[in-house]
Amino acid sequence: MPTVDDYVARIEGTCGEEKDVIVVFKYDKKDEAVKRILARAQLKNTVAGIIFELTLEDVSFRLYASGKAIFRSIKNKEELYSILTCLLL
Amino acid sequence: MYESAREKIAKFVNAKDSAGIIFVRGTTEAINLVAYSWGLYNLKKGDEVLVSLMEHHSNIVPWEIISKITGCIIMYAKVNSNGTLDYEDFENKFSNKTRIASLSHVSNVTGVINDVKHIAKVAHDHGALMLVDGAQSVPHMPVNVRDIDADFLAFSGHKMLGPTGIGVLYAKKELLEKMEPFQGGGEMIKEVSFSGAKEQCDVRLNDPPWKFEAGTPDICGAIALKEAVSYLESIGMDQVQGHECFLTNYAIKRMQECGKVTLHGPTDTALKCGIIPFSVEGLSSHDVALFFDNYGIMIRSGFHCAQPLHQVFRLQSSARASFYIYNTREEIDRFIEVLKEMEQL
Repeated sequence: MPTVDDYVARIEGTCGEEKDVIVVFKYDKKDEAVKRILARAQLKNTVAGIIFELTLEDVSFRLYASGKAIFRSIKNKEELYSILTCLLL
Repeated sequence: MYESAREKIAKFVNAKDSAGIIFVRGTTEAINLVAYSWGLYNLKKGDEVLVSLMEHHSNIVPWEIISKITGCIIMYAKVNSNGTLDYEDFENKFSNKTRIASLSHVSNVTGVINDVKHIAKVAHDHGALMLVDGAQSVPHMPVNVRDIDADFLAFSGHKMLGPTGIGVLYAKKELLEKMEPFQGGGEMIKEVSFSGAKEQCDVRLNDPPWKFEAGTPDICGAIALKEAVSYLESIGMDQVQGHECFLTNYAIKRMQECGKVTLHGPTDTALKCGIIPFSVEGLSSHDVALFFDNYGIMIRSGFHCAQPLHQVFRLQSSARASFYIYNTREEIDRFIEVLKEMEQL
């Protein structure tokens, strides 16, 4: 049974008052992660097909084809994992 | 080889004596060494330590910790709205209670160059010591500790082509002789003799610099730093500074073409080194950094370990482009292309 951790290499809390969360996907899973997320989230905007502004319900985030995503206004790890579960599994 | 690295680095910053060169892990540890080995024993309740609001956290937090232990007061000199030091406020904050001024030579957020030679003179006129945080100056410009008349100078290897985990504290030898050790262990002692009669050990401390280098040092790091210094010397620190100045001027000019980009701090390269803090309208600094990352361009985002300065600027965070000897004008052109793409978001 796949889990979120199968896709995620690490999660970084940013410094600064914005407190964004950056999710870095595993190198060998990043293409699959990007594909899954693009299939499940709603696309708002894209730049050059490598940067995607997306929403899932009321959560907005930005996905990068390089295998990283930045989530804003995430309250805690549980909320992030819940979103990632919806996006990846 | 380890001691020859010490000699090399002493010459690089024009230290009078290589005994004034202590190898540490980096600038942070160097400042902590002064805070603990000097501050803990020389600061008492009511004494004042003078820093500025543009300092890196590593030049704030050690002093705040020592303040809690000793009761000394940390005074914060203001920064002007353009990011330059408010010299009048800094000088006005000196008093007969000031024991040490600790100031960054170059701001790691704005690249602003502080006149540390002038501040050192003011400090000495008040009977205070002067610590210069050289993390952002020693790698980028000629730094002469005797000309500045710094009592302490701290810098890191990894910012000047050396490895991580090695850094330097320069100090005047006469100060080091009076200071207590930072840590205890091997190398930093001459003798540890057990007295059966007293049932205790008598510890005779080593001379500086070894008194401050407990345990097995980072020998590889020191030798690697020596090689990095040799390489920088082969280019010439004036050349290094000139190249960065050219790139910074060019980048500022090009960034000013971008309507959604706001530059923070001064844009006059006579006042600064090769660091450009900026914001892009509608984007957080982390968005900006990840966007560039996608194109293989690395910048830094966040507070850059200088939250008080961001409070002065009323910024939640900032993006920071910076340059070194390996960067080129063509790379800046590419940086601007990506920045312009980002403005479409």
